[in-house]
Amino acid sequence: MCGIVGLFLKDPALEPELGRLLAAMLEVMTDRGPDSAGFAIYGDGSDDETKITVRLPAGTGSDCLRSALATTIGGPVALQRRGSHAVIRVPKDKVEAALAELPVLVPGVMVASVGSHMEVYKEVGLPKAVSAAFDLPAMRGTHGIGHTRMATESAVTTDGAHPYSTGPDQCLVHNGSLSNHNLVRRRLMREGIAFRTENDTEVAAGYLTWRLQAGDSLGAALEASLKDLDGFYTFVVGTETGFGVLRDPIACKPAVMAETDRYVAFGSEFRALTVLPGIETARVFEPEPATVYFWDRAA
Amino acid sequence: MTSLAHPVALESLDEVDLAAVPLRALNRALHALGPGSNHRHVRVLNPRGAHALAAGLDAEVTVEVHGNAGYYCAGMNSKATVIVHGSAGVGVAENMMSGFVHVTGDASQSAGATAHGGILRIDGNASARCGISMKGVDIVVKGSVGPMSAFMAQAGTLLVFGDAGEALGDSLYEARLYVRGGVASLGADCVEKPMEDRHLAEIHEKLAAAGLAGEVDVTSFRRYGSARALYHFHVDNASAY
Repeated sequence: MCGIVGLFLKDPALEPELGRLLAAMLEVMTDRGPDSAGFAIYGDGSDDETKITVRLPAGTGSDCLRSALATTIGGPVALQRRGSHAVIRVPKDKVEAALAELPVLVPGVMVASVGSHMEVYKEVGLPKAVSAAFDLPAMRGTHGIGHTRMATESAVTTDGAHPYSTGPDQCLVHNGSLSNHNLVRRRLMREGIAFRTENDTEVAAGYLTWRLQAGDSLGAALEASLKDLDGFYTFVVGTETGFGVLRDPIACKPAVMAETDRYVAFGSEFRALTVLPGIETARVFEPEPATVYFWDRAA
Repeated sequence: MTSLAHPVALESLDEVDLAAVPLRALNRALHALGPGSNHRHVRVLNPRGAHALAAGLDAEVTVEVHGNAGYYCAGMNSKATVIVHGSAGVGVAENMMSGFVHVTGDASQSAGATAHGGILRIDGNASARCGISMKGVDIVVKGSVGPMSAFMAQAGTLLVFGDAGEALGDSLYEARLYVRGGVASLGADCVEKPMEDRHLAEIHEKLAAAGLAGEVDVTSFRRYGSARALYHFHVDNASAY
């Protein structure tokens, strides 16, 4: 199983409510995925600064890490703890240096996301507990996606939780299971894509990363996945400006969408959408199989 | 969640607000209705996409659901009338034996799956696999049906006012399919067949039973059914299996 939720706000007045609404949607999907949960929030940020969201091993000292990183990369570093994770802000031209230094300074660090607006948090446990650990209800932003996991293809670990980063400000969540992930993983490893787990979704994320690095648009990369990835899936991808949805050609996994003047929302089940304001009069519909959809903020 | 050992007793079955009453308490009360029951009408408020709502009924009762229902609403229905004033999730009226299920909005995937009898009426659209493996139910969809509808359908009728998606009637047995609009493609062993007077009479009868007599011109449907070429294994058909 697994549950997916997504919320894209059209009405800026709802932005302070994003975290609260996403947390409520995520909690309803506990039945579909009680093993672990995660979410990506697109909130504040600037073009000069990049946010690196990391999961730190227990006992890591925040101040210590911040000052050590600032010294080694030779630039200002801000660090904000949220539960087991931390958001590290570095100047845009120091991102590569920071990503290279982090594993040296903090062995065992997991980089959950990199981007100007996106922050990714994920942890093992019931969705309600995971939301609370990161204080999701207090987060604000323009859009977000979330995932509740019922593990099928690999172990219940934080590394096995979704979302998976596929590039700057971009991530993937998945409901379903891929049957050719070992084959695709071996091929991608030859192309230089690194993997941390035996997880099938990480392979889908790696596949998208590989296509994007080769110059595909996200839409083209998703189209290509229809041919190369075999199995059952509903994918939701978060992007800097919105989110995209793709279901496998036989629409094996559920998906329902709701749209009003104020938002576009995605849920694995309609139940997850019932916490949203005005859902009673929303336009509710199902995305077609093998069709790539995007909901984007106008540039 | 309410303990199974100490269910909430319903004060009244005339109107049940699922914002206040657990789903299991409602379903248990509905299951307790027998042939001699005085209850003829139940209103359900605030379903909020709950699953298995009014599933497993076996009494001549009318249940009206005001709002959107979740998965398997009115599943296994026998004798009862279930009206959803809203949309229904996956598998509405799946394995229905008899009775009448009416969805005023859209239905999700696998509407009427494996249903043996009764009538399923959907006023909006039905998505993928509508009537999959249907075994005698009559399904009327006023909108369109999604891909792979009537897959392995064995008996009964599927009437679609709008269009049908890819692979209509794939591996069909003896169910009869009538579609007014376009068909994106026909599945393996499903073919268009000539419309005869008896088929027009059948369409009229089914529409009337669904409360839709005169809604559309019966001659505007086209008929699809099994070519019966896949019934028995033949090596020349190996690629179609």
